[in-house]
Amino acid sequence: MSATESSPVAAGRAAPGPRPGPERGPGSPGTRPVAGRRPRFSKAHMKEWAWGYAMIAPLFVGLFLFYLWPIVQSAYFSFTSWGAFGGQQWVGFQNYSSFLSDPQLPRAAWNTVKYALIILAGIPVSIVFAALMNQVSGKYASLYRVLYFLPVVSMPAAVAMVWRWLYNGDYGLINYLLSLIGIHGPHWVSDDRYTIWAMGLVGIWSSLGYNMIIFAAGLKNIPRQYYEASSLDGAGRVRQFFSITLPLLSPSIFFVSVLSVIGGLQMFDMVLMMLGKTNPALAGSKTIAYLFYEDAFVTGNQGLAAAIAVVLTLVLLALTAIQFRLQKRWVHYA
Amino acid sequence: MFRKALVLAGVGALALAATGCSSSKSASSGQADSGPVTLTYGIWDAKQKPAMQAIADAFHTAHPNITINIQLTPNADYWTKLQTAAASGTAPDVFWMNTPRVGLYAGQHQLLSLSDKPGFDNSPFPKALNDSYTLDGKQYGMPKDFDTVGLWFNKKLFDAAGVKYPTASWTWQDVISAAQKLNDPSKGVWGIASPDWTQENLFNTMLQAGGQAITPDHKKSGFDDPKSLAGLQYALDFITKYHVSPTAQQMTDTQPDQLFASGKVAMFADGDYDMPEYKAAAGLDADVAPLPAGPDGKKATVINGLANVIYAKTKHPQAAWEFVQYLGSKEANEIQAKTGTVIPAYNGLSATWVASTPQYHLQSFIDQLDVAVPYPVSKNTAAWTTPMQTTLDQIWGGQLDLTTGAKQIAAQMNAELAKE
Repeated sequence: MSATESSPVAAGRAAPGPRPGPERGPGSPGTRPVAGRRPRFSKAHMKEWAWGYAMIAPLFVGLFLFYLWPIVQSAYFSFTSWGAFGGQQWVGFQNYSSFLSDPQLPRAAWNTVKYALIILAGIPVSIVFAALMNQVSGKYASLYRVLYFLPVVSMPAAVAMVWRWLYNGDYGLINYLLSLIGIHGPHWVSDDRYTIWAMGLVGIWSSLGYNMIIFAAGLKNIPRQYYEASSLDGAGRVRQFFSITLPLLSPSIFFVSVLSVIGGLQMFDMVLMMLGKTNPALAGSKTIAYLFYEDAFVTGNQGLAAAIAVVLTLVLLALTAIQFRLQKRWVHYA
Repeated sequence: MFRKALVLAGVGALALAATGCSSSKSASSGQADSGPVTLTYGIWDAKQKPAMQAIADAFHTAHPNITINIQLTPNADYWTKLQTAAASGTAPDVFWMNTPRVGLYAGQHQLLSLSDKPGFDNSPFPKALNDSYTLDGKQYGMPKDFDTVGLWFNKKLFDAAGVKYPTASWTWQDVISAAQKLNDPSKGVWGIASPDWTQENLFNTMLQAGGQAITPDHKKSGFDDPKSLAGLQYALDFITKYHVSPTAQQMTDTQPDQLFASGKVAMFADGDYDMPEYKAAAGLDADVAPLPAGPDGKKATVINGLANVIYAKTKHPQAAWEFVQYLGSKEANEIQAKTGTVIPAYNGLSATWVASTPQYHLQSFIDQLDVAVPYPVSKNTAAWTTPMQTTLDQIWGGQLDLTTGAKQIAAQMNAELAKE
């Protein structure tokens, strides 16, 4: 009995094509050149390496000039104070202390965390949608895929403007629909009790398509045989979801949650585009990245802005490191 | 061979990309104004580019050895780009300046003083405008255009409610009682829109009450002056006391100018620059009157306007001055007036602009020049306007009471002004 059941599973394991196997370093035994032999430093090898480095140079020089060097510079600028027209002055940790003692900081930090948590809470939604999408086949499947992916390729500014209209307290579609069922909707984007929720909803909506693509790929990689075998064992759909789908989808979930935390904590554009600069709710809806924007581009305090960027980067690094540590407990690589 | 060529090409392209940013200096030879000279003229409004081009061409005809190259940067990026360019010594030779920023640029020695130039004459321009561009006794900008604020009103709504149209003799009390009569919640119509906009609303009501946003010497905030407070209170009362204006939340969701353009609001204080919007609004039958007088009969509007300035590090100060002098001439202002987008700064040329839209009494904007007060500025205006607007937003949003909020603005403002 059990032997006949396990055979399709075993076959299934081998059958699917390339799938993220256990990580194996590039220098596994056997490929390494034997020590002491000349060819390692031979002219031919040197030439080959030179070509290799020449080929990747354009990418690396670009990466260095436009990514790494600015990061180093920002770190340096965070210890300086800027004149309006250039000329920096070393001020030590003054920018950091004025950032940490900014009365706006606690509220902004809480708003940022709240937004990131809302985005994280949207991940299960993407999983459910991806699972449902996985069931759809036929000529409408790609139509639905396009529909769900459209928000991802839409311009954030345009998206913010449209949602601003939908959220309009007096004339918006959302409050009109609510009024049909007898609810008097609030001013979603001009009352700071609701703004973070309103922006979080748009954040989930606009990342749904991207997350679904990742999850759909993950789902496609789960062998059907697992489901067949478990149903023979009497497992229902719910049990299958929690015992097969979720564990085998965990690498994708991990990837999406790392990206969501980073993206969520960096949120800035919606505060500027959806709330706008003269808004009674702005003071209570600022995020950390928005504080950065204000200092860098509105009040011209670039040193302080650099300090905020450095702190935010360090926090993101720490959170990502923690996530990588925790993944060992719940992520299953098949 | 082919491989080598490919790599060489790649390296070459990379080197170009790396040096590209530093090689784009102005194409001048460095010689002082003897040979042919090309001046860069920085502007931000695409709608005004044709007029600016016409002026540049006319100037080139009179000065064949000076060519003007207009550099248009959209307003959103203009100041960021200009500040970066000025920091690296590559700003345009001549460029547009506005009142909130002139203090910063002049104070940090980025502009040439026009008062030092031979033949400088600011008498053809409104005094308030000249004052806006004067710092420590020296004028840095040649006034280009100006704007004032008027009381726009919806004639259809006034007729329906049987209320007489606003006139130049109206006072605050007239506005309040008219707003109460015009307000009709059942039809979704508001008597007036009174947002916490400063140039259009609060700076003016503070002045009409006898107060001010900033002292004339630009050293102290006027927000803790009880008279200024009275002006703010008047504007806020429309929302909190008389309930004849949409709330701050409502005016954030739908901007007050949109509410006025769509016939939901009967009165709205707004600048002449929004005239094209109202002119184009379907079904809107509107007109404009001067702003009302305060409790002691004081009439006032802030006046704001652009000016042409010369970059301090220009390689051709003489040519730049000749061009700016021409920009300030009657001839150049007439070209501006004919194309009609803004009111030219040159006294007496506004008639062309007024005649351009006969359905509105645009003369209301011109008539108020006698009571116009310069837009409040200091050496680093942006440093205090940002927290000021945030606090005003909170007062208007009902999160902060007016007296506390105004004190807070005064304290923040004085702290920033003390740094200047």
